[in-house]
Amino acid sequence: MAVGDVATRRRAGQGVWASLLRAALAVARVLASLALTFLGLTAITFFIGRVMPIDPVLAIVGDRARQDVYDAMFLQMGLDKPIYIQYLRYLGDVLTGNFGISIQTSRPVIYDLLHFFPATLELATIATLLGVFLGVPMGVLAAVNQGRLIDHVVRIVGLIGYSMPVFWLGMVGLLIFYARLQWVPGPGRLDIYFDGLVPPVTGMLLIDAALAGDWNVFDNALSHIILPASILGTYALAYIARMTRSFMLDQIRQEYILTARVKGLSETRVIWRHAFGNVLVQLVTIIGLTYASLLEGSVLTETVFSWPGIGQYITNALFNSDMNAVIGGTIVVGTCFVGINMLSDLIYRMLDPRVRS
Amino acid sequence: MTFDWKKTALALSLAGGLMATGPALTPAQAETPDNMLVQGMRIDDIITFDPAEVFELSTGEFIANIYDRVMMYEPEDLSTLVGGVVESWNFSEDGKTINFTMRPGQTFHSGNPVRPEDVVYSLQRVVILNKTPAFIFTQFGWSPENVGDLIKVTGDNSFSITITEDFSPGLVLNALSAGVASVVDQKLVEEHAVDGDMGYDWLKNKSAGSGPYSLVEWKANESVVLNAFDDYRHGKPAMQRVIIRHLPEPAAQRLLLEQGDIDMARSLTPDQIGGLVGNDTVKIEFYPKASLIYMAMNTTNEILSNPTVREALKYLIDYQGMAESFLDGQYIVHESFWPSGLWASADDKPYTLDVERAKELLAEAGYPDGFEIAIDSLNTSPYMEIAQSMQQTLSQAGITAEIIPQDGSALWPKYRARRHGLILARWSPDYVDPHSNADSFALNPDNREEAQLTGVLAWRNGWADPGINALAIAARNEANVDLRHDLYNALQRLHQRVSPFAIMFQQNEQVAMATNIEGFVSGSNFDLVFYRNVTK
Repeated sequence: MAVGDVATRRRAGQGVWASLLRAALAVARVLASLALTFLGLTAITFFIGRVMPIDPVLAIVGDRARQDVYDAMFLQMGLDKPIYIQYLRYLGDVLTGNFGISIQTSRPVIYDLLHFFPATLELATIATLLGVFLGVPMGVLAAVNQGRLIDHVVRIVGLIGYSMPVFWLGMVGLLIFYARLQWVPGPGRLDIYFDGLVPPVTGMLLIDAALAGDWNVFDNALSHIILPASILGTYALAYIARMTRSFMLDQIRQEYILTARVKGLSETRVIWRHAFGNVLVQLVTIIGLTYASLLEGSVLTETVFSWPGIGQYITNALFNSDMNAVIGGTIVVGTCFVGINMLSDLIYRMLDPRVRS
Repeated sequence: MTFDWKKTALALSLAGGLMATGPALTPAQAETPDNMLVQGMRIDDIITFDPAEVFELSTGEFIANIYDRVMMYEPEDLSTLVGGVVESWNFSEDGKTINFTMRPGQTFHSGNPVRPEDVVYSLQRVVILNKTPAFIFTQFGWSPENVGDLIKVTGDNSFSITITEDFSPGLVLNALSAGVASVVDQKLVEEHAVDGDMGYDWLKNKSAGSGPYSLVEWKANESVVLNAFDDYRHGKPAMQRVIIRHLPEPAAQRLLLEQGDIDMARSLTPDQIGGLVGNDTVKIEFYPKASLIYMAMNTTNEILSNPTVREALKYLIDYQGMAESFLDGQYIVHESFWPSGLWASADDKPYTLDVERAKELLAEAGYPDGFEIAIDSLNTSPYMEIAQSMQQTLSQAGITAEIIPQDGSALWPKYRARRHGLILARWSPDYVDPHSNADSFALNPDNREEAQLTGVLAWRNGWADPGINALAIAARNEANVDLRHDLYNALQRLHQRVSPFAIMFQQNEQVAMATNIEGFVSGSNFDLVFYRNVTK
């Protein structure tokens, strides 16, 4: 056996182990980052909840409670303990899957999150998809036709969509499309007559109805979601279109675009294959951020459309000093942000060979 | 070759049109079924359906339709107290024991018969669990230790209650018409009891009553669904199902009502109500309620401890101006602590806006140039508008008022801790007896900080008056109905003059409903709302 062969195989073996070690370290870094993020999230939310001038005991017993009832609940909630003990006890419960009971629903918080979050997930996903499939082409169109009428139209649409209060837009939408034109049904996820007809599998009515093969419920759920999703989608569209236009303008001015044109490539290929390809990474970031912001729940849209989502849930919990629900919701929202960040990183690797190497 | 923006623009236009116009995938439901009542209101205050704990506006109303109580005010005649699950009663000589006879033939929703054991269990349960509304019973001297002896079954269809305090028998009967006197199905509840909790966890979102409706489902922040009880003692309700949808936005409630997707909108603002005038498909009904809006003055504040200053402030409120402007019919002027329309209410209105009189009083009190004060207020309508009006009228006498708007969750702890200056708040009776409000607004047996009578409004404002206390106790204990009536009248009139409370308004609920809705009854108290007579 040649010395070189052994050395090569040794180097190859060491290379495999090194790769595995690097991968393990990368995973460990991610997990550590996740753990620190959640620790920080829960700690900050917990301590803010405790120092706010809101009485969590009164949220349960009510303003009229006599002092003996108040005191009994105070002890039951463990509020006589030092705040760090309260936090550690809560953390211990969370790590065993016990997020506590919600004051406002009298149900386990985990149950509430499984009920309310899918409603927001469904709404945010459709809104983001609308925003992406309309906003991206609009942004490209505006960039390619900079200074022309179409550019101005897109920019105005974007400005209006971004500036208009979503609450007002929602009410006007209801007034026009529900009350006047009767093109969509009123607020809520379903007409009351369809309530409970499909078994909840994912909590997202469109998927659950499709899984159950109940196309009447699917139809009704779709008709209910289209308006609030369009309202939120307008906001997403405006932001994505503006950013796409900005990114595309940067690319179109580059010399490689001129080179591509000089080489005789079609304009469509120049724009979509070359220029657009180089803004994809930036767009992934924008879309990810937009999606995450919608996932944390648009409480105003949910209020107008009586959409039982996580935005209303967390907001009501905050006003009721229902800290179990607030922290549980915060963890869910935090998980969304972390998850979307990780997904974005993965997509960068797929899109940008420089990142892969 | 140029970028084909025209095709792209066309595609975008079509897609945008699709997004903007949204085809009607299902035609909107134009009417609710004839045997179903659908209401739109705000119901995010619900935390439990257990009658031993319920003290919220929404659930107070719902359990009034799910449970029968020991004594009741029925929708056919809200002015007369009658037996609920009991048919008759009599008093012992000393007036401290009441013997009740059950109505025969009553059943719970489960099919179990309504027995005296269920009544005794229900009342004892309230005292033993000792939740917020338990004070309505514990004031009678009942405690977890003695309630087994003081509330007991005395026969196959009879039970008795004994109180240890010298309360008026009329007061006791009225207290037995409160929500806490709801009769629960002992057998059903105990089947679901865990670790001796008397069904506390189970009853949070279940029902075990004998009322005209049973609870089908409560989806928090979404809806409450009630089903009619076919064997109800007054007959099966016409509305087979009652659905209450959580619609937090009043404008959305109005739209749904106009479209016929709901039958009633219960939380409309004055401007929404005004917008419905002239709509042929909707009618507006008015229901006087016992809910009061008042301003309280914290007498632990040096300036407000002066009774002359407090009297001056009562002359610096534009009662009529507010009622006739932004309150727009939803509130009427009322200036005593027991609401108008109820037995023994005093409808005197000794105060009107009188800036000159107020200035004289302030000068007499040593504040000719006014002073600075804060107004703590709920941050919702109409409290903010009332606060702004008061700020303006107070300024006419040289008083600079800073408005501090807060959510209830921040305001109530401040109020209970006596850290407010002036405060705008609301109050509803716990049960339909003048002692319910006298016990809060007038009677303060111990004003010391250590007493921590945080549930007593007089204590929160640092005020205790021996004469008022004596009169309130005398009225509470008086057995003679006519004398008791006169005592409460006298108490209210004196209270108006000397107390740190400026009672201002009484609610006049405006409910918008479809024109085909009949028989909806909304009584004075928050839990005297009845669905069983509703027809379409």
